[in-house]
Amino acid sequence: MEKELIVSVCDLQKSFGEREILKGISFDIHRGDVTCIIGPSGSGKSTLIRCVNFLEHPTGGHIEYRGTDVMQAFKKLPLYRTKVGMVFQSFNLFNNMTVLENCMVGQVKVLGKNKEEAKTTALKYLKHVGMDSYVNAKPHQLSGGQKQRVAIARALALEPEVLLMDEPTSALDPEMVGEVLRVIRDLAKEGFTMVIVTHEMAFARDVSNRVIFIDQGVIAEEGAPAQLFGNPKNQRTRDFLSRFQNN
Amino acid sequence: MPTTFFGWVLFLMDKYGSVLVKGAGVTLMLAVVGTFIGCLIGLVVGVIQTIPMEDNDSAAKKLAIRCLQRLLDAYVEVFRGTPMIVQAMVVYYGAMSVFNIDMSPMFAGFFVVSINTGAYMAETVRGGIESVDPGQKEAAIAIGMDHFQTMRCVILPQALRNVMPQLGNNLIINIKDTSVLNVISVTELYFASKSAAGVYYKYFEIFFLTCVIYFIMTFTASRLLRWAESKMDGPKDYQLVTYDPMMDPCGAVPLPTKKQKGRY
Repeated sequence: MEKELIVSVCDLQKSFGEREILKGISFDIHRGDVTCIIGPSGSGKSTLIRCVNFLEHPTGGHIEYRGTDVMQAFKKLPLYRTKVGMVFQSFNLFNNMTVLENCMVGQVKVLGKNKEEAKTTALKYLKHVGMDSYVNAKPHQLSGGQKQRVAIARALALEPEVLLMDEPTSALDPEMVGEVLRVIRDLAKEGFTMVIVTHEMAFARDVSNRVIFIDQGVIAEEGAPAQLFGNPKNQRTRDFLSRFQNN
Repeated sequence: MPTTFFGWVLFLMDKYGSVLVKGAGVTLMLAVVGTFIGCLIGLVVGVIQTIPMEDNDSAAKKLAIRCLQRLLDAYVEVFRGTPMIVQAMVVYYGAMSVFNIDMSPMFAGFFVVSINTGAYMAETVRGGIESVDPGQKEAAIAIGMDHFQTMRCVILPQALRNVMPQLGNNLIINIKDTSVLNVISVTELYFASKSAAGVYYKYFEIFFLTCVIYFIMTFTASRLLRWAESKMDGPKDYQLVTYDPMMDPCGAVPLPTKKQKGRY
């Protein structure tokens, strides 16, 4: 059965001034897909994922949400963003709010839910990431791993169709990486649609059903994890992966 | 008649203490109300100054925002760039001769202090807004909030906490600098002291008292604001709950001990 198409990225280009970061990237996100994006530093992985929910405005190409061009329907951008959740490398929890408020504010302000409803949903997802006992804590009272789990719950609380993660474990101490990866792994098992930029190769291989290798602003290779990690076709992919295996 | 310095101080305190206290009351009122209104002005100006231009805004909206911002720039530059004592003269006598408005010195005083503080606070608020981690704004945008929702719910609460020390600074400066309003005969502490000193020609003694009163006011203000800041920060403890089921006690790669069996 053909999986439902949610977002498609068509020939996406992005330049910062003279510097061309993305040179025409196309891929589709289907429901239930867990896509990992890997590649060397500076290859445009983060820029790509930031373009998908318009934190950076693409300089060329377009993005379609269920067949409609998102850039054309510009007025609906906030609504589109609630469909495409984002988890940041540096968590970016709202420092002036408690854990619970962090997970409620979007639902109340953007989706227009009432507070009771928002609280129920927030608690449901906080429980999901094991942070429901911290509802009254402020972000500065939490460890990095806990912050990231709350950030995941905050994104989930809007019940997005796709969850974008921009190096969710890169800013964490080694002992906290495990707890965050476990949460993401659980989400993958439950069938959440995710696009994850990551440097954790073992995790990418384990959790995803598709891996995209980006190099110098283009998709150098993509495929199932077993194929891409086990038998990479592209020389650049091989070079990149060998660096990880040597370490 | 007293013969020693402290004798005179006590004598004058007894005789003119109530006058000085009344003057101090006027000073404090001018400073507190002026700082408060100034902060409101500064908040509004600072927020308008930081409205970003979006590519998709209409040309008319862009033009309107740009004009407003330039106008407010001019306000900030003019009132920061001229002394308050001169502003007091211009406002008080200017209103009378140009607009034929006979405002009371007290009203002119409130007006000048507010508008002057507003100019400084506008820059302070702008700095406060810009000092908030850009990641906060990104996160707000990413969950679909627009600029004003982001401002009100996320940026301003943090920016205002950051400008608290500067607010305290402004309050203290205003307590002291309202003394210049004596030129438009506002009966604040300096004006009252000068009048009292003139009676016995005991300037040093009276102004020694004035000095003490000013210091008591500024010191109290500064301590009160510190206390308010610490209240705003909330608790600092980390030990919120003792057990976190997801936290990994053994690091990133748990060793396969018997205890850990079936964890996944």
